[in-house]
Amino acid sequence: MAAITLKDIVKRYPDGFLAVKGVSLDIKDGEFVILVGPSGCGKSTLLRMIVGLEDISDGELRIGDVVVNDKAPRDRHLAMVFQNYALYPHLTVFENIAFPLRLQKGQFSDEEIREKVEHAAATLELQDHLQRKPANLSGGQRQRVAMGRAIVREANAFLFDEPLSNLDAKLRGQMRTEIARMQRRLGTTTVYVTHDQTEAMTLGDRVAVLRKGELQQVSSPRGLYEQPVNLFVAGFIGSPPMNFMPGEVTGDALRLPFVDVPLDDRLRSRIGERRIVIVGVRPEHFSDAGLLDDAKRSRGVSFESEVDVTEWLGADLYAYIPFETSAEVAGTLEELDRDLDGEGMRTQLVVALDDASRIRDGDTATLWFDPARMLVFDPESGENLMFDPDEAKAIDEQNEADRRASLERAQAREKAAAGSR
Amino acid sequence: MKALSTRMRVWWVVITIAVLVWSLLPVAAIFATSFKLPSQLDVGTFLPKTWSTTNYEQIFTGSAKDLFLPALRNSIGISLIATAVAVVLATFAAYAIARLDFPGKRLILTTALGVSIFPVISLVTPLFNLWRNIGLYDTWLGLIIPYLSLTLPISIWTLAAFFRQIPWELEQAAQVDGATPWQAFRKAVVPLAAPGVFTTALIAFFIAWNDFVYGISLTSTSRARPVPAALAFFTGASQFEEPTGAISAAAVVVTVPVVILVLLFQRQIVSGLTQGAVKG
Repeated sequence: MAAITLKDIVKRYPDGFLAVKGVSLDIKDGEFVILVGPSGCGKSTLLRMIVGLEDISDGELRIGDVVVNDKAPRDRHLAMVFQNYALYPHLTVFENIAFPLRLQKGQFSDEEIREKVEHAAATLELQDHLQRKPANLSGGQRQRVAMGRAIVREANAFLFDEPLSNLDAKLRGQMRTEIARMQRRLGTTTVYVTHDQTEAMTLGDRVAVLRKGELQQVSSPRGLYEQPVNLFVAGFIGSPPMNFMPGEVTGDALRLPFVDVPLDDRLRSRIGERRIVIVGVRPEHFSDAGLLDDAKRSRGVSFESEVDVTEWLGADLYAYIPFETSAEVAGTLEELDRDLDGEGMRTQLVVALDDASRIRDGDTATLWFDPARMLVFDPESGENLMFDPDEAKAIDEQNEADRRASLERAQAREKAAAGSR
Repeated sequence: MKALSTRMRVWWVVITIAVLVWSLLPVAAIFATSFKLPSQLDVGTFLPKTWSTTNYEQIFTGSAKDLFLPALRNSIGISLIATAVAVVLATFAAYAIARLDFPGKRLILTTALGVSIFPVISLVTPLFNLWRNIGLYDTWLGLIIPYLSLTLPISIWTLAAFFRQIPWELEQAAQVDGATPWQAFRKAVVPLAAPGVFTTALIAFFIAWNDFVYGISLTSTSRARPVPAALAFFTGASQFEEPTGAISAAAVVVTVPVVILVLLFQRQIVSGLTQGAVKG
């Protein structure tokens, strides 16, 4: 078990392409860190540099206290789960899991190997499949075999490269909790690459958001959600994604496509001299005004709009409201959409309403939101003008305290279980 | 696919039978001839009137023994050595071609292809002179070297195609699991490549086994002469008798190992061993 420290890591391909542009990241011992970003952001390259399958062009990589830049993968003592599992098809499940142990010649007797493999198999509920070949296993079982191979190593850290993207949605949810449980129990440092923001939010102690080889923000999931540093992070985290609208400063108000928001001192000082800004509001921060009591209603702003399409999902009701964006921010928003692997579709507001709402397709609805939860971005740099470093720090510290507590609880449970056996 | 109509099916059967007859008739004829008595060769029936093993006795224990048995030994020895060397060299070459990016990779592949289509007959005369000067004429090595030039290119091509199918992640996984590059190759790649190596070895063996031009040109005695060349030196029991029967018997004997090899390795040549390695 060890901490992993990345310092100004650069990946330059022979053709001059910079895949990773100087990433620095401290991964603490026992921490679960997610590398997330849209395709081509360099997250997988970064992981492969950590494990040693890609050369590091520049910068310094430490595992524990040792600089490992020039060490071969086998000398780094890491375990990796590949996207396509990479099981050895000619070996049984047992031999697949035993493979790393057998490579360390003479270190383990056959009896020890059998014990370790069976223990790992029991952890992953693979006992009944030990004598089968990988070809005869289901996707989820193969995934667990790959994890078993990682567990028996007792490696310094686990690395996962999009391990769930080949599974169907239901299994993905199950395996996600399985991975989280395993990590908590073993307390092993884990780096996990994904393009799926749901996985990033649910699994990570901390999440590192990457864009075009550059680190955008490293924070707890909650920190990213509430205090994103820029437009990119705000748009990437959250599902459905945050709504972005042009906002024009007119006298005492900020004019949005649907409603004028009164400018208070905080907003005014943050916006400064800018005339046009980009305003972001999360879908879940809108409400059906008809369902609110007057006290709450008076704290926010209400507006009427034509609902184009609604989607009912049981617990939530999504309403879509098309609007015309202004030419000044269209360029920035289109670029953002491209960065997020979007299709550049029509501009529309997505609103997540309570399932009690009676708003349906084609209705004229009265919607409400609280301007205090609204984010304001610089239209050129994309910087979040409402970013509050103290608040962000407080969220991350709380998160870190929670992580330590839950890790300790899991370890204590494990010890108790081991003692009672 | 929808089921074939009756008309179509009839046509397929007819064409299949025609092809089978066309390709198997000569083999059947040789087989039948090899069991005929030398005196009955020109009777004009397809099957022998009386089945006899005279011809086989002749080549194994009789007058043709001194011609055929050394030739058989030469053929087996030379072909096996040429195959083994070609497969080992081609395995490393093909692995490098499939996995590594190095300058001159395309050059190696195109050269290999060029060598394999070079007309053998144009090489024989210069080789004949060269081999006589440096003392390789009529030796095993003198045949193994030209056979390598025939077997290596095709081995490199087939093995390179095979290695490309093996997911690279397996090797990387092995390396992360603690294997050296050599261990990763031996424990993760070689077991998966085995069917491809068998297939390649088989093809290389046939090429060496079937060669006639080098065999007849670069040998002069039973020291190194292989079977296909030796067949041309068979004579009848008297000068008025044709050696057809003995030649047929020898031809059957050299065909049998080939047929057995194909039947044996047919199962090895199954693809799908890599199934389940990566996502299904």
